[in-house]
Amino acid sequence: LIFLLSEAMASDVHKKIKAAFKAFDYEANNTVDVREIGTIVFSLGCFPSQADLHDFIAQVEEDHTGFIHLEKFLPVMTNVLLEKRFPPIPEDKLLQAFEVLDKEKKGYLEQEELTKYMMQEGEVFTQEEMDEMLTALTDQKDNVIYYKDVIDELIIDNDI
Amino acid sequence: MGCGVSNIHFSDVSRATLSAIKAAVLIQRWYRQYVARTEMRRRCTWHIFQSIEYSGEQAQIKLYNFLGYLMDNFTPSSNERKLISHIFRENDVCRDAEWERYFCYKNIEVPEIYSGPHLTFPLTVEQAMGLVEAFRNKKQLHSRYILQLLLETWKLLRKLPNINRISTCQSKEITICGDLHGQLEDLLLIFYKNGMPSLEKPYVFNGDFVDRGHDSIEILIILFAFLLLYPSNVYLNRGNHEDHIVNLRYGFTKEVLTKYKMHGKRILKLLQKIFSWLPLATVIDQRVLVIHGGISDSTDLGIIARVDRHKYISALRPPKRRVTSSAGMSIDSEADEEWSNSKFLQRRASMTYPKPFGTRSNFQNRSLQDFSDRIREKVEDEVELCRRRTLHLEEQNQNDENEQCVSIQSVNSDNAKEEWKQILDLLWSDPMVQDGCIPNEVRGGGCYWGPDVTEYFLNRHNLQLLIRSHECKQEGYEFCHNRKVLTLFSASNYYDVGSNRGAYVKLGPDLVPYMVQYQATSMTRELTVRQSVGRTERSALKVLREQLFAHKSDLLSTFRVYDTENTGLINLSDWAEAVESVMHLGLPWRMLRSQLVTCKSSEGMISYYEWFNELTIKKPQTDGLIETLYRHRSTIETIFRIVDTDNSGFITIEDFRQTWKLLSIYLKMEITDEAISDLAVTIDSNNDGCIDIDEFMEAFRLTDKKNVQEWRTLW
Repeated sequence: LIFLLSEAMASDVHKKIKAAFKAFDYEANNTVDVREIGTIVFSLGCFPSQADLHDFIAQVEEDHTGFIHLEKFLPVMTNVLLEKRFPPIPEDKLLQAFEVLDKEKKGYLEQEELTKYMMQEGEVFTQEEMDEMLTALTDQKDNVIYYKDVIDELIIDNDI
Repeated sequence: MGCGVSNIHFSDVSRATLSAIKAAVLIQRWYRQYVARTEMRRRCTWHIFQSIEYSGEQAQIKLYNFLGYLMDNFTPSSNERKLISHIFRENDVCRDAEWERYFCYKNIEVPEIYSGPHLTFPLTVEQAMGLVEAFRNKKQLHSRYILQLLLETWKLLRKLPNINRISTCQSKEITICGDLHGQLEDLLLIFYKNGMPSLEKPYVFNGDFVDRGHDSIEILIILFAFLLLYPSNVYLNRGNHEDHIVNLRYGFTKEVLTKYKMHGKRILKLLQKIFSWLPLATVIDQRVLVIHGGISDSTDLGIIARVDRHKYISALRPPKRRVTSSAGMSIDSEADEEWSNSKFLQRRASMTYPKPFGTRSNFQNRSLQDFSDRIREKVEDEVELCRRRTLHLEEQNQNDENEQCVSIQSVNSDNAKEEWKQILDLLWSDPMVQDGCIPNEVRGGGCYWGPDVTEYFLNRHNLQLLIRSHECKQEGYEFCHNRKVLTLFSASNYYDVGSNRGAYVKLGPDLVPYMVQYQATSMTRELTVRQSVGRTERSALKVLREQLFAHKSDLLSTFRVYDTENTGLINLSDWAEAVESVMHLGLPWRMLRSQLVTCKSSEGMISYYEWFNELTIKKPQTDGLIETLYRHRSTIETIFRIVDTDNSGFITIEDFRQTWKLLSIYLKMEITDEAISDLAVTIDSNNDGCIDIDEFMEAFRLTDKKNVQEWRTLW
């Protein structure tokens, strides 16, 4: 894929990536812990699958120190952004997804229902992730997940 | 779209019926993205609070330097110097008998209606538990008992060495706690989880018991009570906040004066002494050193062990030669005043002179231009270091001055200077990532020290671990320098609810640290990641918006530099650069943009005039003067409390006027005599010739509450 980039555009993308990277560069030496890569990629507006992430990390990791250097990260991430390689999930698709799981068309999901899907299908959650999700999304009063509300509340402007 | 390696192609989704598996994947992926973004927001929020905290400390130091400069450059008889000289004066050392008389509590009656705890000495375990229980139930200890307790504490502390030496014998585990900062809930939580101090349960408390939180005095009382009960099992280290000058700014002074209107001054004065008598360090099994701040490349425990620690009342005030007669009022006459006058009448003679204050032009002649240039230079240096520390690390030019920011203005023997530096380093230093040792100009005292310094220091003193506090950590603790340095912070939710956990450390005979984390919360269930981030974030952003607003003029002129064609628009990149160049907070502005700027033109540019309107909606319309005052309100309050020499909470109108003169120079603001007089008269609402500091600061709080009308009438 060949792109014609204006200098300004490339520079802007670079700044965006550096800003996100630096937020996890605790020692201020242009490295981050490899375990934070997923968070950084996600926070730049990308929606990689778990397999995508593993591939990505393989590309940017050079040794097995457990640290990723900015100089390796920057070009790879730049391409990812310019190619829009991991595009976001459109809101309506997300709603559809919930509706599929809500077989009885109740307008909400029980905790057990959601748990069953999240922990048995697709790119399964760990117990920790599941607990977190339930605490975050469950309606305090009724103890169910009103997915329409949840989606509305949590889609935030991603432009950085 | 891209030809990525995803398993799911979203374009397929619309054509086929969405299967359950595909639906699950969508949701999982979306949720993981959301968690990641939340984590990023949490990081940014953290940055905000830290930057502002350190920037506040810088402001404190700048203020102190300014005052120091005045001391250096004005003649002893000048008005300005008189106003502030007392904080630079060594605490008048008197014979013990005089002190005991001054702090005599015996004449203080405890009224029958008092429902708080009663103390009899020597203390018993039941009484100590009773204190904890009483404070849990929001009771207050009567000043008579406090003074009695403090006197006993002082007597004990005087006998202690500079360095506590303890051991984990008989498989005893030692519990070490970090900064508490007046957060009683955390101390109660620690006691609940770990048990109270006892013969079987030794504790080390590593400084910063006071300031910022609301229950500093209660924490002190509890710690001192247990210290008296178990002198061989409870150890206290001094922190940089166990310092009366720091307390003026960070809330402890105010807390005591508010809770103890009658005897607060005396309590504070006695605490001044007690703080200086707190030990400086604790060594466990000759292998683990516990100190509040850290070390420098010159730290020598031998020297530390030998100093007269009580000479160093405040780390911000280097020791002076003992001045024999001209030191001012003796303690005796203060005591007489105390007994004979009621609160409103007891006021030391105003430090103003009968002659009216000189005109502004006179002031200018006293080479303050030199000072303002110098201050600008210093600020440049500080900013450079701050920026360096927070964002990038470039090699810094070491050829510019490495002098300490704090001015040393008396003739000191080299010995005293050296000792003072040793103590300052111990209480104020922070670790850094790179090797070496450089002055800590962000805080204004102590150093930044590197892993090589740790290595050298530990080897030299035959130690294996350094436990320190002084810095807030999200998880309550953090290792660095190859796990040879452990930072421990025990005040959870320090910046706001949900901002961080607290932690304490347990050390057994194997000397392997075992961490316990906690988070004080009054909610029945823990906040979710989303909720706690959201709340803390809102709070941080509010603070940040205030700061931005307070710098409006500077921001505007900087934006105009980028916006050469005067379109009123600026792109995101430039906006971030411009804001950082004005604010000097080292924050990830691009990441924060969406929360700080809601107006945006269609091409993704920011309309900055609109943005200022947005910020201003939340604040009243102001002009330059009020904006400046608002920005510096902490400094203003600190100066007032300094001028309020007898800690009465009031200053005279005359002193008030003089203070504004000082401030107008410091803040480089135009303030006419008329404006000051108007101000003074307006604030002195009951016309008794003195001004209530709290009332004055209330004006700024009303601003916070967006109450424009009321606020305007005050000014």
